[in-house]
Amino acid sequence: MNAATSMQLFLFGIYPYICLSVLLLGSLVRFDREPYTWKSDSSQMLRAGHLRMGSNLFHYGILVVVLGHFFGFLAPHWAIDWAMDPARHQLLAMVGGGLAGVVAIIGLSILIHRRLADPRIRRNGRKWDIAVVLMLWLQLLLGLLTVPVSAQHMDGAEFELLTTYVKGIVSFRSDVAGLLLQVPWVYRLHILLGFTIFLISPFTRMVHIWSGAGTLAYLFRPYQLVRTRKRAMRP
Amino acid sequence: MKVRAQIAMVLNLDKCIGCHTCSVTCKNVWTSRQGMEYAWFNNVETKPGIGYPKDWENQDRWHGGWVRKPNGQLQPKQGGRLAVLAKIFANPHLPDIDDYYEPFTFDYENLQTAPELPTTPVARPISLVSGRTMEKVNWGPNWEEILGGEFDKRSADYNFEAVQKDIYGQFENTFMMYLPRLCEHCLNPACVASCPSGSIYKREEDGIVLIDQDKCRGWRMCVSGCPYKKIYYNWTSGKAEKCTFCYPRVEAGMPTVCSETCVGRIRYLGVLLYDADRINQAAAVENPHDLYQAQLDLFLDPNDPTVQRQAQADGVPEAWLEAARQSPTYKMAVEWKIAFPLHPEYRTLPMVWYVPPLSPIQAHANAGAIESTEGVPDVDLLRIPVRYLANLLTAGNEAPVISALKRMLAMRAWFRTKQLGGMPAPSLLQENGLDLATVEAMHRYLAIANYEDRFVIPTAHREEAENLYALRGGCGFSFGNGCDGVETQSSLFGGRMGRRKIIPIRMLDDH
Repeated sequence: MNAATSMQLFLFGIYPYICLSVLLLGSLVRFDREPYTWKSDSSQMLRAGHLRMGSNLFHYGILVVVLGHFFGFLAPHWAIDWAMDPARHQLLAMVGGGLAGVVAIIGLSILIHRRLADPRIRRNGRKWDIAVVLMLWLQLLLGLLTVPVSAQHMDGAEFELLTTYVKGIVSFRSDVAGLLLQVPWVYRLHILLGFTIFLISPFTRMVHIWSGAGTLAYLFRPYQLVRTRKRAMRP
Repeated sequence: MKVRAQIAMVLNLDKCIGCHTCSVTCKNVWTSRQGMEYAWFNNVETKPGIGYPKDWENQDRWHGGWVRKPNGQLQPKQGGRLAVLAKIFANPHLPDIDDYYEPFTFDYENLQTAPELPTTPVARPISLVSGRTMEKVNWGPNWEEILGGEFDKRSADYNFEAVQKDIYGQFENTFMMYLPRLCEHCLNPACVASCPSGSIYKREEDGIVLIDQDKCRGWRMCVSGCPYKKIYYNWTSGKAEKCTFCYPRVEAGMPTVCSETCVGRIRYLGVLLYDADRINQAAAVENPHDLYQAQLDLFLDPNDPTVQRQAQADGVPEAWLEAARQSPTYKMAVEWKIAFPLHPEYRTLPMVWYVPPLSPIQAHANAGAIESTEGVPDVDLLRIPVRYLANLLTAGNEAPVISALKRMLAMRAWFRTKQLGGMPAPSLLQENGLDLATVEAMHRYLAIANYEDRFVIPTAHREEAENLYALRGGCGFSFGNGCDGVETQSSLFGGRMGRRKIIPIRMLDDH
């Protein structure tokens, strides 16, 4: 095994597990030990300005992108095969994901401009806030760059390869790292940065994504909440 | 019937002198912190005026409170559950900090360090948000103090609805009153209903509405959901904060800080028993005019044996039932009907009630310039239009407000005549639905206002709920984790914001 392949194995076969472990354990520890720091950290009230447009474009765009990745890569074959062949699946991912990605990157660009240019927001942000938005912007750009690359192979084979890789990682088969030797660098960078974003998430405001999913419980709860100490009464 | 108890507050606006002691003591205790400089859990507004934050009463703009749907169901005015979640990324109805005011300090240092100048050195205002010098402070926590500013702007006041307001811009017709405001600790709180994290809750034992700081995620929907704009977003901690009704004090049987320090002795705290099963029904009555009466009907008579039995079954302690029988708020709101909820049309069933103010006419009437019956002038001649008070307190229903004002005027006339050695006519009381015992009690509570009459607060029974031995040596009320009371300077998980300092670093604008 030469240095390049062992590096490949580390970056795509081991590093993802480090990142996912830190994401899960870090989030759990923060949720348990530092609940007061767990928040969305909105700066809307300091200056709404273009936030409404930027934040809505970004969030709705990225929701489609993330859910698309999740279902596109992780849905079992039988769940997709009845509806479309790999080539069509690839086309759907390119068009749907591409459009949502463009919407998200436009929104994020507005947000980055606001965060850097507005003295109120700039002064009251953390360094991590800026780092995170820049990383997300770069990740969106890399994701969008994969679209023209994919367009050169419309048969769906490369798409299948990536799907196999992702499914391999989530089913603990780190040997799938070798598969990525065959795909262009832009995919590999996209994957690496993606796992890195997972890695840093527990230490940034990104934890609000967990809570965002948690807010779905709001749809099913009664409007009024009453707490009592009586339930705490135990002998 | 499900009996619950709440410590409710009544403010006698007739005696409020607008000194802001309540606001200042509250601020010193609760909000003199970075991120909350702009927030006043208690503030005093001069009415008529648009208030704090600007135009807060205008729910067409802020979408606070509830709306009754055609099918009779209530829904937050900002939208149902899905609509609330859809607005989570950018709340379209969230006030900017400028709608409250940009918090500022002054560059006092310049007064000491300025070189010799032909003019006096000045301390220029510095924004506590951006750290920059502000050219001009153009709004503050009480900008309209004592009718400050043009009538044109102040008259945007929502309570002028159906009032011919133009004449009140003329100097000789002008009127004003003070309105101290705090969280209403509603029976049907719209903030609780708007919170996607479920972090806001009402306490069953005493009705206090609180935000679980560890569960709040800063989604900001409560800020727009509350029609009184009494939930504040802490822009440093990223969490919502609100008036706590000084619960650590109330639990110990002490009045809230604002009540304790009120120099006009206008605040009253006492237990109200209410029927929790009928809250929804009361909040959803069709005609807003009926909301005041509907809420009044929720309150239960603490002397009624049926209520007492049910209260005991529902776990209301005996001491609380005794306090309910002595409650000044029950007397004022339910027995004498001289106190009213603030803006019942928001359908939140607020639990901080107000005795409407009389306004200067008595002296004029005494001088013989105005018709009066037994020394009670016609309430329509009061300087503050009755309709204005009704818009504020009864959703525009004038009759209950007129009745309350008449009772207060009758009480004054009765005691004035007695004081002057005369014998007041019994008809004075009868015509206003009063009797001797009531008018004497009203005088004792409103005019004398002894401390122990104003505050009848039973202590909480924490010992029944918690193992106090385990709390020994605990750290009491603190933010964040641990007992140090402050966030650590740096933490693995965020910690304090980057370059913030309590006294801002000066950023000069000479690029």
